[in-house]
Amino acid sequence: MNKVMSNKWIIALYVLPALLLIGVLIFIPLILSGYYGLMEWNGIGEMEFIGLENYIAAIQDLKFWDSALHSALLAIFSTLSLVVYLAISMILASKIKGADLLRKIYLIPMLLSSVAIAQLWIKVFNPANGMLNRILMAIGFENPPAWLANPDIVLYAIFIPILWQYAGFYILIYYAALKNVPETIIEAARIDGASPLQIAYRIKLPLIKGVVKVTVVLAIVGSLKYFDLIYVMTGGGPNGASEVMASYMYKLAFSTNDFGYGSAIGFLLLIITLIVTVIVRKLTADKDEIQY
Amino acid sequence: MNRIGYVFLYICLGIVAVFQIFPIIWLFLFSLKSNQEIFAGSPFALPKEWLWENYAKVWEGGIGLYFFNSVWITALAIIFTALLASMATFAITRMQWKLDKFVLGLFMVGLMIPIHSAIIPLFNMFLSVNLIDNPWSIVLTYTAYNLPITMMILLGFYYTLPREIEEAAIIDGCSVHRMFFRIILPMTAPVLSTIVIINMIYNWNEFVFVNTFISSDEYKTLTVGIQNFIGQYMTDWGAIGATLIISLLPILAAFIFFSNKVVEGISSSAVKG
Repeated sequence: MNKVMSNKWIIALYVLPALLLIGVLIFIPLILSGYYGLMEWNGIGEMEFIGLENYIAAIQDLKFWDSALHSALLAIFSTLSLVVYLAISMILASKIKGADLLRKIYLIPMLLSSVAIAQLWIKVFNPANGMLNRILMAIGFENPPAWLANPDIVLYAIFIPILWQYAGFYILIYYAALKNVPETIIEAARIDGASPLQIAYRIKLPLIKGVVKVTVVLAIVGSLKYFDLIYVMTGGGPNGASEVMASYMYKLAFSTNDFGYGSAIGFLLLIITLIVTVIVRKLTADKDEIQY
Repeated sequence: MNRIGYVFLYICLGIVAVFQIFPIIWLFLFSLKSNQEIFAGSPFALPKEWLWENYAKVWEGGIGLYFFNSVWITALAIIFTALLASMATFAITRMQWKLDKFVLGLFMVGLMIPIHSAIIPLFNMFLSVNLIDNPWSIVLTYTAYNLPITMMILLGFYYTLPREIEEAAIIDGCSVHRMFFRIILPMTAPVLSTIVIINMIYNWNEFVFVNTFISSDEYKTLTVGIQNFIGQYMTDWGAIGATLIISLLPILAAFIFFSNKVVEGISSSAVKG
């Protein structure tokens, strides 16, 4: 038995194809990204080694910091919206009729491609004929804004479809966790005279704390690397007002052919994401995890 | 709780449901309208005449090719991912070797990587082996980038399989390959169907890799194809709506038929992270 199940050739045959693929297509490119960052390179011609110049330029690049700020704002809004999603899940999980159907309806936007979502919301936001302004005008607003063309508003306008897209995802996760809270504990609290709000805050919330922490990490890290929808909806514009880190990197490489500088930004994006992941995990870790 | 409380809760949940679903219904409605009706009528109104021609027009306009590309690229990548992930997970969880935990760790690190950090080097690597503007670059990338999450969903299932299955198979003189393909793999069918759905949602909707690696129209998938398409029908909102609805249909159909698998997959893939 043990001899057969520890045959090195068979193990290699089963693990190596997958390992090679992630090695060649995930890990080597990440290392190369840091290396390309040390080069002056337009993507076609010769690479020229310039040391840390790209990285120093990135740190002094106001556009990069603007895009980082926008990514950070998205992370903050996403994290705050978790409170709303959690509240909705609490209501859904409190044995009300139709919870299953509602939860599935909430999830539908999550299934759509970013391009379809982007095109749909471009139409919703259309200043003259879009659904949003038509409704606003119908209820009496004279001059509703041009949502995606106004640099003061565009960033917040674009957050709406992003939060819309992920609402069902987080509600589903919380709902699944809440369904695992043992009924006996809640019953006991109810007999002791706890109100529904007290049960939610004092009993259910602490019991699903682990899942809440995971979603905080997901929301923050996901926001830092967010790209698709912003790229399609505004391309980071107008004038960089909705640029995020990943869209700025993509533009540098594939629109302005500054592959060296783009790679440096890409590598910084990786470093920032990893550091933030570690910090958020540390901040949310605690030893007296409640067991049930 | 009293009746007023319940009514209030249902109103709140209903508002959220409308917010989540109404933009999609609006899209469906305007895919069947003429520009005139979209621009002059109420966004809530049903179409006066149901213009199914909008669908015929965009299908004949060439979206069928993008659709076909999406189907085969998505399907092939799912098969590769499911097979390779199953084999690797089998070796890591069921076979005895020293580096299993370390190798598993490598796969799990893959979950934290922002794909955009890898895209410039990937582009350059594919360029040097002549895979740029070749659909195989997409199939390979989807397979690699879906392996970590797929293995994470598989892990829990493989850990719970009873050891006796393997013991009995080996005593009966069964080879490891036969045991894996004939006994273990079929046993993982329930979790494999979850994996197929999760991978399908990801592959069908993926944008940035196709947008970067593919330039010829003949190899584009639906997500990137509809971008061009929309440029072509810039002002024809009915045609744009029809294009978008066509791109949503397969995923919506899969969701309606397998919604419990989708729900399982999404919650298990997220919470265990």
